[in-house]
Amino acid sequence: MKRPLSWQIATVVDVRPETAKVKTFTLELPDWTPHRAGQHYDVRLTAPDGYQAQRSYSVASEPERNKEIDLTVEHLEDGEVSSYLHDVVIPGDQIEVRGPIGGYFVWESARGGSLLLIAGGSGIVPLMSMIRHRAAAGSTVPTRLLYSSRTPEDVIYYEELQKRRAIDKGIEVFHTFTRARPSGWTGYVRRIDHQMLREVAEPLGEGLQAFICGPTLFVEAAANALVQTGIKPEQIRTERFGPTGGSS
Amino acid sequence: MDNVQSDVNRALMLDGNALAGLLQEIFAVEMTASPTECASCGREGEMGTLLAFTQSPGVILRCPACESVVMRVVQTTKAIYLDARGAAYLRLERRIS
Repeated sequence: MKRPLSWQIATVVDVRPETAKVKTFTLELPDWTPHRAGQHYDVRLTAPDGYQAQRSYSVASEPERNKEIDLTVEHLEDGEVSSYLHDVVIPGDQIEVRGPIGGYFVWESARGGSLLLIAGGSGIVPLMSMIRHRAAAGSTVPTRLLYSSRTPEDVIYYEELQKRRAIDKGIEVFHTFTRARPSGWTGYVRRIDHQMLREVAEPLGEGLQAFICGPTLFVEAAANALVQTGIKPEQIRTERFGPTGGSS
Repeated sequence: MDNVQSDVNRALMLDGNALAGLLQEIFAVEMTASPTECASCGREGEMGTLLAFTQSPGVILRCPACESVVMRVVQTTKAIYLDARGAAYLRLERRIS
């Protein structure tokens, strides 16, 4: 990005639930620039007394969408910013944001290669932007998503992923459930491990590019297991998430 | 106790990515894809690969190889304090206008 990073006032044009704890907010930006899939925006709230709280949220939508972005936000207990977004914000409200931000955890269709996407919980969000960008850009690079959720009810974008698996060329989706499985489920029912990664990654060949996003310990475990399968650390990009930004 | 504390810090650890906004505020260009070198062990890598600890009054970036502090940033209402003595170098992409 070749321009200074400045705050702008976005308008919330849509709010929709994804799961019991996750909502997607569509924001209209007066000063929009296309993001790169995987980038995030900072959201800043200011109280009447001047107290500010700031958090980073990954963009979920594809960069091809004009003037608007989707931020998918998990409601964290005691989350200053996520609680406000979930409990207070409705369409028509205005929120202060800056972005797009980041240049490391990004994928662009022009880069090609085969893609291994590994998500834990709401770590799916920046990876979904990559999947949507891949489709919007007409890319057919072999892509495999391994998505770990606690229960079937916790899966974000479940229906869209089912649809993309059927329609988008060259993409495969693997779910694993760590607490409760759907009835009749014959897929993975454990935490991501070396064996699972080997099965999912092998058909992508040696030159794959891996993106891992999720809670810190999930990312650590998945990245270490992936290295054990013979993938080089340089092929792996990670994004750990947690309460970032702090307050001032 | 030290182990418990260390485990808690580890569980709350993030990547350099998480500080992309702050770094861009300081340097006026995107930094997380730029390389830096750890002054302690000589490991080179993108700033996005550094370990970020944000659960303190400031934020701390550590080297993923030797865990030495590469950079510390503290913000007050009037200023940003940057201690980058743990970095042998930083690379700032030239802005072409």
